[in-house]
Amino acid sequence: MRATAAEQTQTGGLVLLCIAAWAVPGAGHLWLGRHSKGVLFLIALPVMFLVGLALGGRLFHIEFAEPLVGLAAVADLGIGALYVVASALGYGAGDVRAVTYEYGNAFLIVAGLLNLLVVIDARDIALGRK
Amino acid sequence: MRSHLLLLVLFSFFVSLVFAVLTKDDVREQARFGGLLFTGFIVAAVVLGWLMYPFPL
Repeated sequence: MRATAAEQTQTGGLVLLCIAAWAVPGAGHLWLGRHSKGVLFLIALPVMFLVGLALGGRLFHIEFAEPLVGLAAVADLGIGALYVVASALGYGAGDVRAVTYEYGNAFLIVAGLLNLLVVIDARDIALGRK
Repeated sequence: MRSHLLLLVLFSFFVSLVFAVLTKDDVREQARFGGLLFTGFIVAAVVLGWLMYPFPL
């Protein structure tokens, strides 16, 4: 069965919403009028990401030869534009000798995963499930 | 910052905050659930830490 024009427009809007929510933490909630939640995500997740970088954590890049590194990279990518900007500026090389290296990785990975949950939440709100 | 305990507290705070705001809509419920999660993280970490203490890993 073919989707109507309205449904296609709605689907396009939903995809845009999800991309915005992924790229900028909290943007999806702000878009949907959930301002307090959106602002909180906009502050908390980037701060968590920056703490991870400050602790000497590493921004993993997708490597098919190392499955676990690939999974960590997918989690890191969850934070959106911050990952791209930080990588481009040369941050996130990771200092494996640092005492806080693993803590930094935990902060970076979990910040990305939490942002993916935030994206899913924004999608559910847009679909009227919440 | 190199204190393991402080990093644990900071990590628990952020995760509890985001989970509480994601799952609850009412501010009081968010505070209650977030506090419960935060306490759970800290207590579980301390208990597990002491349980692992005798093992020579």
